[in-house]
Amino acid sequence: MRERRPATLDDLDRQLLWALQDDLPLCERPFAVLATGLGVSEEEVLQRLRRYLAEGIVTRFGPFFQVERMGGAFCLAAMAVPEERFDEVTVAVGAFPQVAHNYRREHALNMWFVLAATRPEGIVETARAIENAVSLPVWLFPKEREYFVRLRLRP
Amino acid sequence: MNGEAPFVPDERDRALMLATQEGLPLAVRPYHALAERLGWAPEEVFARLARLHAVGVIRRIAAAPNHYALGYVANGMSVWDVDDEYVDDLGRWLAEQGEVSHCYRRPRAPPLWRYNLFAMFHARERVEVERAVASVAALLAARFPGAVRAHEVLFSSRILKKTGVRLDF
Repeated sequence: MRERRPATLDDLDRQLLWALQDDLPLCERPFAVLATGLGVSEEEVLQRLRRYLAEGIVTRFGPFFQVERMGGAFCLAAMAVPEERFDEVTVAVGAFPQVAHNYRREHALNMWFVLAATRPEGIVETARAIENAVSLPVWLFPKEREYFVRLRLRP
Repeated sequence: MNGEAPFVPDERDRALMLATQEGLPLAVRPYHALAERLGWAPEEVFARLARLHAVGVIRRIAAAPNHYALGYVANGMSVWDVDDEYVDDLGRWLAEQGEVSHCYRRPRAPPLWRYNLFAMFHARERVEVERAVASVAALLAARFPGAVRAHEVLFSSRILKKTGVRLDF
């Protein structure tokens, strides 16, 4: 996946994209609940959501899993990747299902990714496996403390 | 993270989570569609999702928006080298600032990496992130004199992968 230009959004898109970042109700017709709140039809909500996914405006719609609650772990990791190897290493790192997302950043440590594993040992095992796959050291930055924030993006 | 014992999902919880990790079916009755996919009664899908939600294994069922598509093209990871004695005070304070989406204390990795506090800033333009970080830095310097030894912002220049969590059961 690539960075992209901002999408052209109308007022309903903005309201819907805001509402879709909230928890979907656990009921028989949750999109109807959303639709009622916005004064549109249930079908309109579903059509727009399908379009957002098709166009990459929304990358996923579904449950957000907290692997730490099941005894797993998340960990931020970084690598210093030589420029001429950047694309190759991107593909190799991306192939690991434990890599939830990966960003190029402007620093000597130029690749920053998040590992998610359902077992705590999964983090170090995956980091070692990535090191073996690309022959570069992986630096792990586990969180020692989280200061709670929750941001919703105003479209 | 907290003192609670981990919730151990059973086989059917795992099956349910694996069936939704690519996303919820986009149907008028999405949970019924999920039940059909699994060959289960809808009541079991509702009951298990409610339980996974209640224990915190599911944080929420929602959209993961593409920051770039929503116009948040400037994505800055601000990193701070803070005196260990003050890092929690600063972290709590930073987390309350409107533009910050995540705020964590992490280990340093000297000599390569001196920073122990990370806070993500999102804005429509790079200059807005720079302005927000500069204003936070000035407020921190006034509030906790001498506690911050250095800081910088690492902007993301490309999204290389963004699939979200895949469960490696």
